[in-house]
Amino acid sequence: MTPEELTLAAEKEENGSRAFEHIVGVCTSTACLASHSDKIKKEFDAQVKAKGLTKSVRVKAVGCCGLCAEGPMVYVESQADAEKAAETRTYAHVSNEAVPALVDSLGAAPVADLACDTAQPFFTRQHKIVLEHSGVVDPERLEDSIQVGGYQALLNALTTMNPADVVDTIMRSGLRGRGGGGFPTGLKWSTVAKAVGDRKYVICNGDEGDPGAFMDRSVMESDPHRVLEGMAIAGYAVGATEGFVYVRAEYPLAVKRLKLAIKQAERAGLLGANIGGTHFSFKIDVRLGAGAFVCGEETALIASIEGRRGSPRPRPPYPAASGLWGFPTLINNVETFANIAPIVKNGAEWYAALGSGKSQGTKVFALTGKVKNTGLIEVPMGITLREIVYDIGGGPFDGHTIKAVQTGGPSGGCIPEAYLDRPVEYETLVQLGSIMGSGGLIAMDDTSCMVDVARYFMEFCMTESCGKCIPCRVGTVEMHALLTKICEGQATMTDLEQLEELCDVVRSTSLCGLGQTAPSPVISTLRYFREEYLAHIEHKTCPAGVCSGLKSGAVKAKEVVA
Amino acid sequence: MSPTMTEATVVTLKIDDREISARSDQTVLEVAWENDVFVPALCHYEGLGDVGACRLCLVEIKGSPKLTPACAIKVVQDMEVITLSERLQKYRRSIIELLFAERNHICSVCVSNGHCELQWLAQKLGVDHIRYPYLYPKVSVDASHERFALDHNRCILCARCVRACDEVEGAHVWDLLGRGVDTRLISDLGTPWGESETCTTCGKCVHICPTGALFEKGKSVAEMVHARPRFAAMARVRNNSGR
Ligand SMILES: Cc1cc2nc3c(=O)[nH]c(=O)nc-3n(C[C@H](O)[C@H](O)[C@H](O)COP(=O)(O)O)c2cc1C
Ligand code: SF4
Ligand code: SF4
Ligand code: FES
Repeated sequence: MTPEELTLAAEKEENGSRAFEHIVGVCTSTACLASHSDKIKKEFDAQVKAKGLTKSVRVKAVGCCGLCAEGPMVYVESQADAEKAAETRTYAHVSNEAVPALVDSLGAAPVADLACDTAQPFFTRQHKIVLEHSGVVDPERLEDSIQVGGYQALLNALTTMNPADVVDTIMRSGLRGRGGGGFPTGLKWSTVAKAVGDRKYVICNGDEGDPGAFMDRSVMESDPHRVLEGMAIAGYAVGATEGFVYVRAEYPLAVKRLKLAIKQAERAGLLGANIGGTHFSFKIDVRLGAGAFVCGEETALIASIEGRRGSPRPRPPYPAASGLWGFPTLINNVETFANIAPIVKNGAEWYAALGSGKSQGTKVFALTGKVKNTGLIEVPMGITLREIVYDIGGGPFDGHTIKAVQTGGPSGGCIPEAYLDRPVEYETLVQLGSIMGSGGLIAMDDTSCMVDVARYFMEFCMTESCGKCIPCRVGTVEMHALLTKICEGQATMTDLEQLEELCDVVRSTSLCGLGQTAPSPVISTLRYFREEYLAHIEHKTCPAGVCSGLKSGAVKAKEVVA
Repeated sequence: MSPTMTEATVVTLKIDDREISARSDQTVLEVAWENDVFVPALCHYEGLGDVGACRLCLVEIKGSPKLTPACAIKVVQDMEVITLSERLQKYRRSIIELLFAERNHICSVCVSNGHCELQWLAQKLGVDHIRYPYLYPKVSVDASHERFALDHNRCILCARCVRACDEVEGAHVWDLLGRGVDTRLISDLGTPWGESETCTTCGKCVHICPTGALFEKGKSVAEMVHARPRFAAMARVRNNSGR
């Protein structure tokens, strides 16, 4: 497809959709699928057919809209007509039985019981860039993506910009890696662009191993073309002709949709040889990981693609200099790539104007834990943690209070309530003893025991350690044993000392990020909730009442003497 | 091939305030050892590829906030390396202690007693007791090979045997299975060593093992003396590089 053909295709698809009076979108991403939303889609199809509405109603499968906890989600988009303005209705908790009523309600009053209020802060406080088309397009139809502007940024870049301009645009946008580290994306691109090599590769990191995280999965499942487009733009910018999306095998739907999307885009001439009729060719393949957290670490991931054991190696050399099969390799996270097309399309200045401090754009979080609304959210950088937890998340359950927010998963830390007014920025979160991470955000209330939380994450690191280096392999086991001892009320102050000493050893001497950050949850909970550790050790009391076998309830302030 | 080969140049650097000259293709560890500077190491073996796994060779490099494995970093002009500090010694002792706590290292009944690199380093670093609880995993001994045996109790997972067999002998009998503290050394695809179809019985792995994990059958306590193979010299002869 040439740029002109792409524009025509978008117009054609737009006109085609306008021919329908109503478009019904049924979420068929993993969470809603788990409540059989595929059957609901079928039921809509059947009902529409039975009622002879196939000419005026289009039923389509779409990706995730974010409010997974309220699924299955369905939206209905109705065209304006002589009597009514155009409107979009959103329904939650839709069941098979409700479908006939929903079909009957088309053009009439909404089904009130199922209506989902989209004026609530959960929706209005979000700012969608990465997820702008998630839940809107059918991830299995290329035409849907084209209708909303898919691949326009790529063809624009190929025909009107040279690679250095693209790198410069990303540099000026201020985009930073969304895989956890926050490394400036433009700088990484320019390093790979400058690296010398007969061949270069682009890798999209879709390993997403953090427990409870599903941001990248959702993007890959709901809008795969967005990720592919970002990779192709990157390939053009750094001089690569081949790319790999590395996805864990536990994400079969993401794998299926990515593979389908690649095939569709290749057939349309939007990937593969001579993209858009230009001289640029870029081929993308999917590689499956066996689901080890450490395979998200870039050097382990590369080893895994090469068919070797997925364990990290010391850097330098960085993948930018020597990566896949020894060639210069650009590796970015799924969400990072999903930001590329809008930046190229709307300009670096537009993106740089969003956010605060040295953190531009938006961030997708998987909001979970002890708040009323959980799900996938995208918020502008600089929003406060309190706004996320109280406005978007709806605050704690009745009768409870928020105690802390955990970000960064097993590599991050717990930020206490008192600091919730701080903005979501890379540097601020590090100052607070946590990290931005890849997007896990867990709210904790008075029923969460911070020692237990630290122990949970240590158990994760212990079982996910690759075993290559000694401090991580053995140190995490020893730290986990000490934390267990504290939870069981068997520990002494000497054990606490030893725990702190091991935190320092493992953090400072481990080979890769897994070991280097494994102590973070312990360090941050010791920093803010030391009294909880002391309650367990000196008073055999678990203030949150979580650790079984210990007394529960608060220890009176004066009893706690450090 | 892709990696651009650049000619080695001569550089000068400082190790512990001593001015030293070296070739730019040498690692900090090689240069330190060449100049009789003590840097502990277990996973490094001259003539094998380095993996940076044991973390004992960590040094401080001026300007770098993180500690760096000396075996995995090449020297550069004007580099300033510190190999000895209270902090480094503390970490080195902790790592050795973690190794002792991980499996079963009862030196008094070990074939390598007195000829073991782990034992020697522990003494050299002043590790006289282990503060961490012993993990005592249940691991086996593979005595199925006609001439050699593998005692997992003594294995520190340095992977020297893996690399010697793969890189020098070209047989790739050994590899690692599992992860974390459950990682185990395996022969072929997890079959007993004696049934290995790839083992050439060359003995390189046995003589390169830093501990008593791999040993010759028939050796009793303290009798397993390693004849350390000189891989680097072998490679030089083979490539006739004569450097
Ligand atoms: C133990 C470990 C796990 C990681 N897992 C992921 C992951 O699942 N996804 C990801 O994008 N990055 C992960 N990373 C970070 C990657 O190594 C790499 O920095 C990142 O993919 C770079 O992309 P970015 O610059 O776009 O963030 C992990 C790092 C470590 C140390
Ligand atoms: S820090 Fe842990 S995961 Fe990373 S190389 Fe070492 S053992 Fe493997
Ligand atoms: S058997 Fe010996 S050489 Fe091989 S990994 Fe174990 S300790 Fe290292
Ligand atoms: S010798 Fe350098 S890490 Fe083992």
